[in-house]
Amino acid sequence: MKRIVILGGGTAGTIMANKLRESLERNDWDITLIDKDKTHYYQPGFLFIPFEIYKKQDVIKPKMDFIPAGVNMIFSEIDSIDAENNQVILQDDKHIKYDILIIATGTDIRPEETPGLKDKLWYNKIFDFYSLDGALALRDFLRGWDGGTMVVNIVDVPHKCPVAPLEFSFLADEFFTKKGIRNKVNIKYVTPQPGAFTKPRANKMLSGLLEEKNIEIIPDFYIDRVDNEKSSIIAYDGREIPFDLLTVVPLNMGSDAIGRSGLGDDLNYIPTNKYTLQSEKYENIFVIGDAANLPTSKAGAVAHFSSDILYENIMSYIEGRPLNAKFDGHANCYIETGYGKGSLIDFNYETEPLPGTFPLPGIGPFGLLKNTKMNHYGKIMFRWMYWHLLLPGKELPIEPLMTMAGKCEKC
Amino acid sequence: MATKVIAGKTVNVNEEGYLLDPNEWTIDIAHEIAKEEGISLTQKHIDVINFIRDKVLKGETLSMRSISKSGVVTVKELYELFPGTPLKLACKIAGVQKPASCV
Ligand SMILES: Cc1cc2nc3c(=O)[nH]c(=O)nc-3n(C[C@H](O)[C@H](O)[C@H](O)COP(=O)(O)OP(=O)(O)OC[C@H]3O[C@@H](n4cnc5c(N)ncnc54)[C@H](O)[C@@H]3O)c2cc1C
Repeated sequence: MKRIVILGGGTAGTIMANKLRESLERNDWDITLIDKDKTHYYQPGFLFIPFEIYKKQDVIKPKMDFIPAGVNMIFSEIDSIDAENNQVILQDDKHIKYDILIIATGTDIRPEETPGLKDKLWYNKIFDFYSLDGALALRDFLRGWDGGTMVVNIVDVPHKCPVAPLEFSFLADEFFTKKGIRNKVNIKYVTPQPGAFTKPRANKMLSGLLEEKNIEIIPDFYIDRVDNEKSSIIAYDGREIPFDLLTVVPLNMGSDAIGRSGLGDDLNYIPTNKYTLQSEKYENIFVIGDAANLPTSKAGAVAHFSSDILYENIMSYIEGRPLNAKFDGHANCYIETGYGKGSLIDFNYETEPLPGTFPLPGIGPFGLLKNTKMNHYGKIMFRWMYWHLLLPGKELPIEPLMTMAGKCEKC
Repeated sequence: MATKVIAGKTVNVNEEGYLLDPNEWTIDIAHEIAKEEGISLTQKHIDVINFIRDKVLKGETLSMRSISKSGVVTVKELYELFPGTPLKLACKIAGVQKPASCV
């Protein structure tokens, strides 16, 4: 009996367990999935919790609901990977041998990496919206807040879901307006990037929206530390921005288990072949989702699209064929823009987000780089699709590789 | 694509003046680009530039954090050496593309 071990039962690991269990003979292949946490979090939903659009129950379900029969589930902290000896070491020092390893340990926030961030003001005046605890604490804070300067700060890139802090700012604008205190709230969007978004056309559209909503953007601000006494953030170049409320995307890093194994870069992301998803170092190790160092968005949609490619390549690897399936970096993100509207971007390694319609040329129903009600429904529908189609590894009505159909380069 | 003569050598550059081929780079080119940017290169600058070139030519991702973790310089020093937008400036002088921070 041979064994596939999957590390991490989040979005990517769960999809892979489902896809592989369906097609691999149970008598030939054992599939073992390891995760430390019994709860599956629908992370895109965290964004809606501070504004009381979603409740806690809307974004959590037991992991076991999504693990197919015939997959060995182990709940334990992974200590490290001993790749030379094809084994995984768990926290209790249990060793688990593998023939093929799939790493899907994702990425997580590290507020402790920024001096002063996780200090006196943490969950008092400073909140993240990248964890359920942070989103809930922020919700409670906002219930009693009557205005001041709200700073939305991104500590560093890359972080998962690059558009999330923009969406957060748009939703905050709507929330404060409806609460009748928008005139008392000053929203500042403070980023280490040169603009709202890295790619020119999406940047133009998103900067326009920030301006329209009276959200001030402060670019090229690379945070050094938080001054808890003065309640301000200070950049390496000396600039200082005071806040009454700081909502922050802390540094994102891959799992420490990757760091301890010597398999990652300085942020614990694993060097991975961007087309085949095979690790650059070991041919029986594959990487999927946020854990990989791919030059595309760290997003659930990317994990989903790449799962079709990884599935094919693992089947090829098992049968001793060359790894012919090639991932193109396809990402597809709905962007909540507030007031029941949304935008949509669709892109890959080579093509920046372009205007047009999606998925059907000329028809849509979704508008690329446009701000429409339909795109907002796309985002809302995504939660249903996530639980019912995406995690179980079912077909979605969207092709894994990006297509130029419906896109317009000269628009 | 445009070409530009820097320190007596014709090289390919993009519209912002970044070298398109890091192999066309020489230390003289570094000095001249630095001068245009108002920086006169010290050994410390050159250590940073060598670190960046080494990383980029190996195909590794470059970030402010990776430089500060390298032990070559701290982020603070990086700002003193290359004021304003240090990573972009240092990459330009090092003859490599502007770091394509992930979308
Ligand atoms: C606020 C927010 C909004 C988002 N919005 C969107 C969106 O609109 N669209 C979109 O496509 N994506 C969105 N995302 C991103 C999306 O949620 C992630 O990209 C996706 O979940 C990545 O999947 P993954 O499997 O790589 O990692 P994860 O789903 O994070 O799973 C990693 C798993 O590994 C486990 N693990 C890690 N280390 C260890 C260890 N040492 N031992 C044991 N277990 C371990 C963790 O417990 C976890 O279950 C958003 C994310 C956030 C935070």
